Amino acid sequence: MVNLSCTRSGKVYLGMLFLLGIAPLLFQWTNQPFLLDLLSRGLIIGIAALSLNLILGYGGMISLGHVAYLGIGAYCVGIPAYYDVYDGWIHLSLAIVTCALFALITGAVSLRTKGVYFIMITMAFSQMIYFIFLSLEEYGADDGLVIYARSEFPVWMNMESAVSLYYWIFGLLILTLFFIHRLVRSRFGRVIIGSKYNDLRMQSLGFNTYGYRLTCYVISAVICGLAGVLLGNFTSFISPEMMSWTRSGELIFMVIIGGTGSLFGPLFGALSFLFLEEALSLITIYWHLIFGGLLIALVLFGKGGIDAWLRKLDK
Amino acid sequence: MTQTMRADSVLSIKSLCKNFGGIKATDDVSLSVSRGGIHAVIGPNGAGKTTLIAQLSGQITPDSGDIEFDGRSILRAGMAQRARAGLARSFQITSVFLEMTILENAMLAVQGAQGHSYRFWAPTHKDQGLADIAMDHLMTVGLHHRSGRIVSSISHGEQRQLEVAMALAMQPQMLLLDEPMAGMGKEETFRMIEILSLVGAEKTILMVEHDMDAVFSLADQLSVLVNGRVIATDSVAQIRSNPEVQKSYLGDSCA
Repeated sequence: MVNLSCTRSGKVYLGMLFLLGIAPLLFQWTNQPFLLDLLSRGLIIGIAALSLNLILGYGGMISLGHVAYLGIGAYCVGIPAYYDVYDGWIHLSLAIVTCALFALITGAVSLRTKGVYFIMITMAFSQMIYFIFLSLEEYGADDGLVIYARSEFPVWMNMESAVSLYYWIFGLLILTLFFIHRLVRSRFGRVIIGSKYNDLRMQSLGFNTYGYRLTCYVISAVICGLAGVLLGNFTSFISPEMMSWTRSGELIFMVIIGGTGSLFGPLFGALSFLFLEEALSLITIYWHLIFGGLLIALVLFGKGGIDAWLRKLDK
Repeated sequence: MTQTMRADSVLSIKSLCKNFGGIKATDDVSLSVSRGGIHAVIGPNGAGKTTLIAQLSGQITPDSGDIEFDGRSILRAGMAQRARAGLARSFQITSVFLEMTILENAMLAVQGAQGHSYRFWAPTHKDQGLADIAMDHLMTVGLHHRSGRIVSSISHGEQRQLEVAMALAMQPQMLLLDEPMAGMGKEETFRMIEILSLVGAEKTILMVEHDMDAVFSLADQLSVLVNGRVIATDSVAQIRSNPEVQKSYLGDSCA
């Protein structure tokens, strides 16, 4: 990310990342545990938005079922914990394997379609997962599942306290940002971006785009699943409700508010979305109405989202 | 109509048929393109020229018939596979990547020719192996000094030139050019004829084209397509004096 420090918008982004890095210290100093909570959740959803942006923003694959992976990741903590398996490495590996497999199977089917059909079929698959967990009585069905302890890791990297969990989230965030930054500039990334603009042309250049898009879809799902592991640990409670398709719709909103196809945009889209939601709900019980209006205004007038807005600084 | 099958043909099309509903877009077309030549397909609008190209490149599947490239049937191969086998296509409607720079477009084409792209880490903008080759091909079409420009900001003629450079960057055996002069002015057309005669010295070309001046100055062989049928295939001089062709096609545009 060396070249980031060359542009003004890049400096702003790096500055904000730095603030996120020291946030727990500020909150502790000012004694605001609630804000740390809010920010932890914001960053987890932010990572999910970044992973969605990889397929939606860079690859043009609009998935309306991405939270399924967030949910699967969380259940990969909850279900082992239900059987008293708290080993964090098991949780993480389970989430990676399950999400990759589910994405491989559903992606292989959905990516045969385009446009609206792709949106519908991804939504259908995520609803399938939603109803499967809704019917699993053993794991609480619609009452959800309580996770009594967090994933266990070696002492120096445990996630027991709120602050240490925050740094787990922050660490995954930095890894995700760096990974996506490299990925979209690699040969693989160029193929993905090219197929968003003109898939036919890419095929005529000799690229079997289906395979590349499927790979990208799986990568995105795994990142989202890892965020899900952290979400399970953070909420200590999981229910099918967190996988409902309306949540996927919110995730799309966050990506759009932040700026599709920009590296940092979706992270700050997610943060703005959640803070706005929180702040408005403090003011009035009719906050949904104001919130909806604001979202419409943002989409109508804020073309390119937060990222485009910050990039005006570069000119 | 005589169809002489040459021994050294790169591409042979055998009794190709394609119907869209009741319309015979391609009606029993047989053609053979000899190695190293420029073969042009002419015909009025709606004659099925683009449909023919689309079947050759794998975008559309024919109803019956066969297409042999380099001695092997490529009917079952998809678009990407045919492109990698050395059959490069340019499009009638300019379809370069408008959001990218000229160099990035050409580099993408080079990348397509260099095996798989499951490389997730190294950034392409530092990849001299891609950039150098791309620049060579941009040089051929005369765009090398503008390589940093975003494609949406260059002229239509330059975009067409970029199409050709990208087809070349795939290092194909043969080029399928779908109306390379489409929508060009006189000067741009002249420039494109220069480029194509340069390219044609090294590669086999099958082109579909409306511009008769271009066709007559470039092509060795000509096929005339009317209502999906090839009504004549011959040398340029022979075609010009063919009464049937005069009547059905040239009569209108070259009177």
